Amino acid sequence: MTALDFTPAPAAAPVLRQVGAQTRMELRLLLRNGEQLLLTIVIPTLLLLVFAKAPIADLPKPRVDFLVPGVLALAVMSTAFTGQAIATGFERRYGVLRRLATTPLPRAGLLAAKTTAVLAVEVLQVALLVIVGLALGWSPHGSAADVALLLVLGTVAFSTLGLLMAGTLRAEATLAAANLVYLLLLVLGGVAFPLSDFGGGVRHVLELLPIAALTDGLRASLSTSASLPLHDVVTLCVWAVVTGVLAARLFRWE
Amino acid sequence: MSSVAVEVRDVHKAYGDTRALAGLSWQAPEGAITAVLGRNGAGKTTAVGLCTGRLRPDQGSVTVLGADPRQTGAAWRARVGVMPQIAGSGAAGVYPSARVREALALFSAFAAQPLPVDSLLERLDLTGVAGKPWRRLSGGEQQRVSLALTLVGRPELVFLDEPSAGLDLHARLSMWELLEELRASGVTVVLTTHTMEEAERLADHVVVIDRGRTVAAGTVAELAGNDRRSLQDVFLELTSRPT
Repeated sequence: MTALDFTPAPAAAPVLRQVGAQTRMELRLLLRNGEQLLLTIVIPTLLLLVFAKAPIADLPKPRVDFLVPGVLALAVMSTAFTGQAIATGFERRYGVLRRLATTPLPRAGLLAAKTTAVLAVEVLQVALLVIVGLALGWSPHGSAADVALLLVLGTVAFSTLGLLMAGTLRAEATLAAANLVYLLLLVLGGVAFPLSDFGGGVRHVLELLPIAALTDGLRASLSTSASLPLHDVVTLCVWAVVTGVLAARLFRWE
Repeated sequence: MSSVAVEVRDVHKAYGDTRALAGLSWQAPEGAITAVLGRNGAGKTTAVGLCTGRLRPDQGSVTVLGADPRQTGAAWRARVGVMPQIAGSGAAGVYPSARVREALALFSAFAAQPLPVDSLLERLDLTGVAGKPWRRLSGGEQQRVSLALTLVGRPELVFLDEPSAGLDLHARLSMWELLEELRASGVTVVLTTHTMEEAERLADHVVVIDRGRTVAAGTVAELAGNDRRSLQDVFLELTSRPT
C-alpha cells in the first residue's frame, strides 16, 4: 500500500469552487439518468412532433405556433419540478443531503448548484425544442427578454414546489406524486389542449395553475401581439413565494 | 491527559416518546482513538449525531473542537470528518449512480488542501473500482469508499460510525492499520463499534454506553481493573439486562 500523509490540514475550499463541483455532479447524474432524460427531453420533443403533425386535437392554427410555448412550459416543469422533486427525494432517502450537510459546502451552495444544473438543462431543452419548432415551421415573435423572464419565474415556481414535495414526503411518495402532478398538469394546464376546451368555472380555476400561467404567458409573449400578460406573471410570482416560504419552513434534510 | 477534542455533558435526547439518551456524558481526548461501545439501540449513533451537529440535545451540552456543533460554519465542518453508519442503514450518504472517483473528486473539491484522490484510492485498495458506480460496490468496498470520503479533506477529527461493520477479516485488519496510521498522523478518531477486539486493539480511551447513559469510561486497562478481566467480560457485566 502507498504511504499517504494524513497529517491534518483542514480548510474549506472557496465557495465558488465547491458550488462548481457540486453543479457538475448534479448535471452529470441528471444527464446519466435515463428516466430523467425521457421526462425532460424525449416526452416534450415527441409531444411537439406528434401534435404538430398528426390531427390529434382541434388546435388553433398554425398548430406549431400554439404547441411550442406549451411544450417549452412542459420542459421547464419536467426539469424544475418533476425531475428535481424525484432526485432530491431520493437524495434525502439515501442520506446524501445529510452527508453533504457535514461537508464545508453550505446549504445555500447546494441549492445554488441544484438551480444552476436545472437552468443548464433547461437551456439544452429550449435550444432543442426551438430547433425542432423552427424545423416544423414555427414563426416566433415578441421579446426574448419577456420569454426569459417567464421561463425563470416558471423555474423558480416549479423548483420550490418540487423541493417542498421532496422535503416533506417520503421518496416513494414523492416519486408517485411528482409523476401524477406532471401528468395532470400536462393534460389540464393548456400545454397540448387549449384551456378554452374546458367550461367557464373550471377554466378559471385551471388558469391559476403554474403550468397554465407559464404556457399562457409564453403563448402571448411569442404571438404576433407580443404582449406580456401581467396576470400570468403575478400568478407565477404567487406560486414561487408561497411554495418557497413553505419549502423553507417545512423542508426536512433527512 | 491531552486536551479534549469532544465533550458531551449530561445530554438528554428523546424521539417522541422514546428516550435515546438520558444524561450521557463522555470525553474524547485530542490525538487519540476513542471507542464508543454499546448494545444495539444504546444511543451510539445518536451520540455521533449530536457531535456532528445533525441532532440537537434536548438538554445538556456538546462541545466539539471548542464549539457547539449546531452553531458552526464551513471552517469547523472542514475540520471534522463524518462517516455515517452504512451497514443496514440504506442511507450511506452517497449518490447511488456516482462513480467512486467522481464522488471522491466532489468531496475533495470541498477542501482547500485535499489528499490526492488517486493516492487515496490506491491506499484504500479502491483503484480497481474507481470507475464503478456506488450501487454496484460490495459492502466492504462501500465501507472503504465512505471512509475515503471522510478523510479526503484532511480533517483533524473524524467520527466513524461502525467503520468495520460487515468487513471481512483482511479488510478489517487493513482498516485497523489505517486508523492507527491516522492517530500517528495526529488525527483524533472517535468510532462506535460492537467489536470488543477492535476496541481492545485500537482504543486509547473507551466509553461504554447503555440505555442512553455512560456506564464506564477509561483506558482498556482501567476498565479491566486489577483482576485483568477481558473487555468483553466487563462489557457484558455492564450492559446485561435481567431476563
